[in-house]
Amino acid sequence: MQVGRLRMQAAEEGGRERERVKERETKRRDILFVRAGEHSEKHQRRIGVRVAMEAAMDLMRRMPPTQVDTALSSLLLLLPQYSSELLSRVDQPLQVAWDAECLKHYLLCDYNRDGDSYRSPWSCKYFPSLEDGAQPSDQLRKLEVEANEIFAIYRDQYYEGGISSVYLWEPEIGGGFAACFLIKKDGSEDGQGRRGLLQHGLWDAIHVLEVGEEDEGLAHYRLTSTVMLSFTTKDAPSVSFSLSGSITREMQADLSVAEGHLTNMGRMIEEMEGKLRNGLDQVYFGKTKEVVFTLREPLGSLTATSATGQSLQQVVMDDILRK
Amino acid sequence: MCLAFSLFMPLLSLFLFSRDDRSAHEVSVDRSTMAEHILEDEEEGLEVTDEQKIGLATWFLLKSPPGEIQQVAKSIRGVLMDERLFDMAAKEAFPKYNMEQMIAIDLADHSGQVLLTKYGAIDVSQHLDPRTAQVAVIDHVKQVCTDVRPAADDELPSAFVEEHRASIDNELVKYVEEAFPKGNCAVYCTCGKDVESGGDEFELKAVISATKFSAQNFYSGSWRSVWKIQVNQELQTVEINGKINVIAHYFEEGNVQLETSSECSNSTLLQSPADTGVAVVNVIQYLESDYLGVLEESYSKVSDNSFKELRRKLPVTRTRFSWNNALQLSLSREITKELSLTR
Repeated sequence: MQVGRLRMQAAEEGGRERERVKERETKRRDILFVRAGEHSEKHQRRIGVRVAMEAAMDLMRRMPPTQVDTALSSLLLLLPQYSSELLSRVDQPLQVAWDAECLKHYLLCDYNRDGDSYRSPWSCKYFPSLEDGAQPSDQLRKLEVEANEIFAIYRDQYYEGGISSVYLWEPEIGGGFAACFLIKKDGSEDGQGRRGLLQHGLWDAIHVLEVGEEDEGLAHYRLTSTVMLSFTTKDAPSVSFSLSGSITREMQADLSVAEGHLTNMGRMIEEMEGKLRNGLDQVYFGKTKEVVFTLREPLGSLTATSATGQSLQQVVMDDILRK
Repeated sequence: MCLAFSLFMPLLSLFLFSRDDRSAHEVSVDRSTMAEHILEDEEEGLEVTDEQKIGLATWFLLKSPPGEIQQVAKSIRGVLMDERLFDMAAKEAFPKYNMEQMIAIDLADHSGQVLLTKYGAIDVSQHLDPRTAQVAVIDHVKQVCTDVRPAADDELPSAFVEEHRASIDNELVKYVEEAFPKGNCAVYCTCGKDVESGGDEFELKAVISATKFSAQNFYSGSWRSVWKIQVNQELQTVEINGKINVIAHYFEEGNVQLETSSECSNSTLLQSPADTGVAVVNVIQYLESDYLGVLEESYSKVSDNSFKELRRKLPVTRTRFSWNNALQLSLSREITKELSLTR
């Protein structure tokens, strides 16, 4: 009996419980439904962001490299909501400023900017002057001074002129430090071209280095480098010949700090610049030449695919077959 | 663009604050929060008028490397996110681009191809193919021919001019077949099309256009030449002036472009139409081969001359830079310099 009543009770409770569960489930489903709706909308907007950014980056790799400035400012006007991402992903040619105290040129980037002023690596002062502009720690500044001196010698030996600037800062996340090595060279005959071969010639190199905290005598270095260049030669009077381009590459290494950070960073940058220069020269420019010479084949020189070459092949084949 | 840039300058400084993301590097930046952050800022965007947006989009379309305008159109559409504005920009840019790039389009009846040039344009959408005396109706945005009709008499030159035009065209076709694996050519009468024998001067334009595009190999290129041929019956001379434009684009993990052009001229004597055709095309072939030779030479100088003006392969010392003792070395060099100066 008792058992039976209990069972009934249980069944009743079970029924109520089921109802409650059902109720809760419906509610949850509603909530889920609302959330899913919210989610998909947000999701779609996120996809929109990705599509727009991908489209913008696709445009950047198709527009003439000499017009990066125009292309980027146009994209910023069309996509003002993605400005920060655009500015962080597209490299622009470096701007030059004048250090009125040390009477030297220096280069501008986001790492020496505070408000509308830019800190010079030479005097460590901001131009236009800024009272409380951000400053690196004494220790970093010491390394920065040394880095600027050595890098200027390096720049002179490879570039025979140009302007260089090095900036160091402490990253917001994690230990270690970050550094940015910049070089700009105007190699035109009116600029600092030593041989007067270029009507126009610009080289911009941006090297951003992240250096991890020292661990058992080793530090992790991560280098991201971009080279942008353009030049117009003056080989023949009636012919204009311009090449331009930009490439970005990354390099990482764990190195002993026994010889100091500066030596390690310098060697990485030297190796990277050599690779980028070589890549542009041999691979990229070589590829454009290949394209030109397949569009218009040099006549007289016989190739297997040229019309002359093929008709000659035919003649030879006919001759062989006849014999 | 100057105006546009000054408009965006205050905006630039506003957004540059968040550019430090770069130091933390792409991988460590949470993409989803970045996207949210971007979306939150959406309302603060600077207002650009529709007119300006169309202008900017048109600029991108017109700057498309050879054969890449459809891809650029796809991307600018993704950036604009507004079909109406995109259509307006496309309508403005495509006809201009197609004619500037002198693209070849298959005729609707598959009988051959027509070159789109400003010399053959009867109006924006109707293009004359002088070789077959047909007019192709063109949908510029789709880059297809929708209809073909025979050319009317007043759209064609006189029999006398046509004889010269056809003869040059004949020779040009032979040359283009040999020198351009994927080339097209046409000869138009651009001035004095009704001139008869013994009459005034007339002018022809011979154009050659070749385009290559390979998305999977990340390259494209185009060769365009326009030759102005002025026939003076009185002086019995033919003046030939040409302009050649060559563009190449290579974009595998980078973006590199070649842009080169040449202007050249020569002249020949007016002979029978057949002989004039041979003589004119000989001049064209010679000048174009010559230009190709100049290009070859320019390329051969890139590595050792042009590049050296920007950055040397090795330092002036001809050894890798000594990072260890660079400062000491430079110090001692300066001392010797000073010593030699005082001496």
